[in-house]
Amino acid sequence: MSLAPAVDRPSPAEPTRSAPPWRSGGRGGYLVFLVPGALLLLAVVVVPFAMNVGISLTRWSGVGDPVWIGLENYRKLFADSAFWASFRHNVGLVVAMAILPTIAGLVVAAALFDFVGKRFGPRTASVLRACVYLPQVLPIAVAGIVWSWILAPKGGALNAFLDAVGLGSLARDWLGDPDIALYSVMGVLVWIQLGYPVVIFMAGMQRVDPALLEAAELDGASWWGRFWHVTVPGIRPEVFVVMLTCSIAALKVFGPIYVLTRGGPAGATNVPSYFSFQNFFERTRVGYGAAVATVLTVLILLLTAFFLRVQNRREDS
Amino acid sequence: MATVHARREPGRYLVLIGLVALAGLMLVPFAIVVLNAVKAPADYAANGPLSLPQEVRIQGIVDFWQRVDFGRKLVNSALIAGSVAVLAVVVSVLNAYALGIGRIKGRLWVLVLFLIANTLPQEALVYPLYYLFKQVDLYDTRLGVVIVFTIVQAAFGTYLLSSTFVAFPREILEAARIDGANKWQVLVRIVVPISRPTLGVLFVFFFIWTWNEFFIPLVLLVSADNQTVPVALGVLQGQRLMDATTTSASALLGIIPAVAFFLIFQRTLTRGLTAGAVK
Repeated sequence: MSLAPAVDRPSPAEPTRSAPPWRSGGRGGYLVFLVPGALLLLAVVVVPFAMNVGISLTRWSGVGDPVWIGLENYRKLFADSAFWASFRHNVGLVVAMAILPTIAGLVVAAALFDFVGKRFGPRTASVLRACVYLPQVLPIAVAGIVWSWILAPKGGALNAFLDAVGLGSLARDWLGDPDIALYSVMGVLVWIQLGYPVVIFMAGMQRVDPALLEAAELDGASWWGRFWHVTVPGIRPEVFVVMLTCSIAALKVFGPIYVLTRGGPAGATNVPSYFSFQNFFERTRVGYGAAVATVLTVLILLLTAFFLRVQNRREDS
Repeated sequence: MATVHARREPGRYLVLIGLVALAGLMLVPFAIVVLNAVKAPADYAANGPLSLPQEVRIQGIVDFWQRVDFGRKLVNSALIAGSVAVLAVVVSVLNAYALGIGRIKGRLWVLVLFLIANTLPQEALVYPLYYLFKQVDLYDTRLGVVIVFTIVQAAFGTYLLSSTFVAFPREILEAARIDGANKWQVLVRIVVPISRPTLGVLFVFFFIWTWNEFFIPLVLLVSADNQTVPVALGVLQGQRLMDATTTSASALLGIIPAVAFFLIFQRTLTRGLTAGAVK
């Protein structure tokens, strides 16, 4: 309690009408409030990140002294087919976590908000919304446990279901077949992710002026017409936020891969984050893992900058 | 208008049925987990995962609970998530007070720095953290994980709160100043009480996000005594040693707290999601 006032408290008796008093004391007085956050940021984010970049320029097994090798890790990385494959899989995850949930989320949110909410009552809509949102609250590791067992080749619920309805020939080793494992993982991620855009879009739709929708309806616009020309443009900020946050989340995916497939079979579902984890802790190629993590960071920051630029330009125009 | 609606009558039920089917589909995995968590292993072996259990048997759940000392994991998770939520809200408030109300010089750059910290992949921090924490005896401690996530969550909180604090009514702050309140008193007696709803939302977010964290706790918490619920379950799953009914029992134990939080916090949560969605 005694930290701040000593610095520069403007005497309350002083008539500082011209300059607002809360600023007249100078800004230095507020710097002290940043100290805990800044120290933590330095210790947990800034220094470790700088170290990570440093490590990526060395050969190091985690014990002993790192050997400086310059950009060698990056040179190796860009020639490593496993690394490129992991990024290709990442594109699949962006589709599964950002693109498909956004598209499906728009339709579901509009149907719930504009249709079910108005014709069957808001309670029905919010119960349905809660059902769709439920997978979002699960720890991702738990969601992975649920699905790795449902998708198990022997005794898994999905294959048992296919058998029961006479489609046994469609039964697969969903996570163990290199040709379909990535698609299985994508399916799980769509299930996990869908509720997030639905909830955010429905909240955004409350902002869209109902008069616009009514006008469009009176002009004879179909439901789809109103959806495309009134609802979707009206919640454009939400669509941007969802696309950005989900794409970043997709690039960072680790938990589902760890629990569902461990990057396998034969690397068919490996992603950069799991690839770096493997290099850090399983293969003890720490320098190489750090290089993977650094490239991933650069990619995520570029994506963020790109999205924010596009968003700003849209708002300006 | 009436005719238009009448024409849509069959259609509107089709839409409803479609949405109910979707909601059902989203819930099927939960139902299957519950179904098999209370099934006897022999029953499962004989009738497979889709049959109704012949009798409700919670022994599998009890066995699993005792085998992994699940109570301990719950305590660990609650302790870590609770501490992080409180500390991260405090740090967010302090940062946002300096940035949003104090409007210190270069605040935009500080804000960008926090935003970057929030966006960075944890993969790019994890090895140095692992290494440094070993040096200072924070490796494999719950305190270490609390420290990491306090700033990870506060980075987001700073960003969100700063923008609401910028819009804080200046007249109130000025009035307090004239009455002789110093910066701490303004913060504690005026800013915090007035922004309590937003802080509540942040608290809930931080708690649930930290509860669900997997990657860094997996790396930092190696001993079973310190592990959180998701890490313990994830590690067991990775070992592929559990049979089907035990797996369901473990999944159910992971689901229950999450669903409980969801029900408790649902209102705050949806309101908060909206707050975060539109800048």
